[in-house]
Amino acid sequence: MNVTKMKEEWFGNVKGDILAGIVVALALIPEAIAFSIIAQVDPMVGLYASFCIAVVIAFVGGRPGMISAATGAMALLMVTLVADHGLQYLLAATILTGVLQILFGVFRLASVMKFVPRSVMIGFVNALAILIFTAQLPHFEGEGWIMYALVALTLAIIYLFPMVTKAVPSTLVAIIVVTAIAVYAGFDIRAVGDLGNLSSDLPVFLIPDIPLNFETLAIIFPYSLSLALVGLLESLLTANIVDDMTDTESDKNKESRGQGIANIVAGFFGGMAGCAMIGQSVINVKSGGRGRLSALVAGGFLMILIFVLGSVVVKIPMAALAGVMIMVSISTFDWSSVKNLHKIPRTDAAVMVTTVVTVVVTHNLSIGVLAGVLLSAIFFAAKISKVKVTQIVAVNGKKKIYKVDGQIFFASVSDLVSQFTFNEDVEEVEIDLTNAHLWDDSAIGALDKIEMKFEQNNVTVKYKGLNRDSKSLKDKIGGLSKASGH
Amino acid sequence: MYKKILLAADGSDHSIRAASHAINLAKLNDGQIDVVYAVDGKTSKEDVLHGIDKYEVKKERETKLKPIVDLLEEKHIAYTTKFLHGEPGPAIVEYANNDNYDCVVVGSRGLNKVQTMILGSVSHKIAKRVFCPVLIVK
Repeated sequence: MNVTKMKEEWFGNVKGDILAGIVVALALIPEAIAFSIIAQVDPMVGLYASFCIAVVIAFVGGRPGMISAATGAMALLMVTLVADHGLQYLLAATILTGVLQILFGVFRLASVMKFVPRSVMIGFVNALAILIFTAQLPHFEGEGWIMYALVALTLAIIYLFPMVTKAVPSTLVAIIVVTAIAVYAGFDIRAVGDLGNLSSDLPVFLIPDIPLNFETLAIIFPYSLSLALVGLLESLLTANIVDDMTDTESDKNKESRGQGIANIVAGFFGGMAGCAMIGQSVINVKSGGRGRLSALVAGGFLMILIFVLGSVVVKIPMAALAGVMIMVSISTFDWSSVKNLHKIPRTDAAVMVTTVVTVVVTHNLSIGVLAGVLLSAIFFAAKISKVKVTQIVAVNGKKKIYKVDGQIFFASVSDLVSQFTFNEDVEEVEIDLTNAHLWDDSAIGALDKIEMKFEQNNVTVKYKGLNRDSKSLKDKIGGLSKASGH
Repeated sequence: MYKKILLAADGSDHSIRAASHAINLAKLNDGQIDVVYAVDGKTSKEDVLHGIDKYEVKKERETKLKPIVDLLEEKHIAYTTKFLHGEPGPAIVEYANNDNYDCVVVGSRGLNKVQTMILGSVSHKIAKRVFCPVLIVK
């Protein structure tokens, strides 16, 4: 690799990167714990994942300045896997996710992203926000007013503390204040320690304890595929946002491979699958982070904090974490899409809403994205399948010219054929395809059909203005479906 | 006198009004205007999410500045446009102070009272920290 470029990516912005990395590490802790709780695993699983992914991505990622760690989108996908089969299968699925993502990167599939329309992406982030929010609701069950008061206090600090200073992340201040109040007042409310264990150990290399057979693969593969796709979708979206914020370019295929390597490492060190985080990356860039060093510092500092603060972290009340997650869901949600819902095209709105509803019903982001992509493909096909045929009578009514405008393919052929009148008293018909494009064998079949019907009435058919692609397609398969073999 | 003018704009009505004053100033002195538009993190996120690709995003931002560019074209003023990235206040201040501008022209805020109290106004930040004279257009 180019040494100057490498030096620039690592040491081009040392001071900014170190400071921003520390800020990100502080902001990562509550999220990593809360996402572990969503996935119903010990907080250590999310913290180890965040440490491993952030550090590995610093070296192998394609977008310097972007922060990757344990995320809500990924945590939401693994809930049923953990519930049905346990942590070891999650770790195996994480490793397989990484392998799939590396394949994505190697085969340069980052460009497949362009097939995900923006209304699906907006639906994706909105659905993610809703799921993160609803995942907090169980924490309120059976709790008294203290829970509500502490959540409200957490949110108040998060939104108002930036008025005092922006140097310290307000989420961290909120967590510290609320934890202090809860511990000091001795409130009887659930804390992180009640939901899982936390140890101050460094992560160690372990091979997941699972039977290596086809049955295992059949269990984890669907999860890994969903995780790989959702992880890449969010990572590449985040990369685009960081590209825009910093006005620089990034290597999306390298990022895909990097995400894969990071997840493999996370899986072997007891962490859950993760991906790039929009919120944290924005915090990083805003705090002055630009280079690879920022992600390395974020991961490293996170581990130091866990090492030092492990015994305090278990005392964090769930109220504080629920408050932070509510903030995360509010900032993840794309509010402008709701504000402008009546302005955007109906089909776009329908795709967005379908994506959201599918995700909320199935609890699976990847199914929602798939449904959204399929629906928008159908809408698109419907939109471009409108064919316009204009009829012009020439040569004293002996000749008729049909001018065809539009895309001729499987979805538009029935519309096309119905616009011709076959039982007219003319000698010759000219089909002008100057403003048309033939796309598939349905198109050729339709033309053959039209030709045949005219010939049954003893009318000769001529073509005009076929473009080159259409002509080669017609030459290749034309006449096959026609009985006369003209 | 005011030959090199920096116009901070976001396409809002305030900034269009500011543009017409910047043009008057430039005409008096036969000066040129550099139009800058600062894109902050939140806007970046929204624009990228709603745009198809970066060319589309750029095009949409240019559309926002179009009324101002049209005005400059119409009055035959030499101009450039530039998109800055970061918090609007500090980004514009840094850009203005890094180059020798004779004057910075900015519209007064488009926020309501509460937002101004919490966020502070961009024009206020610019007036406070830019070295050259600043014209805030009400």
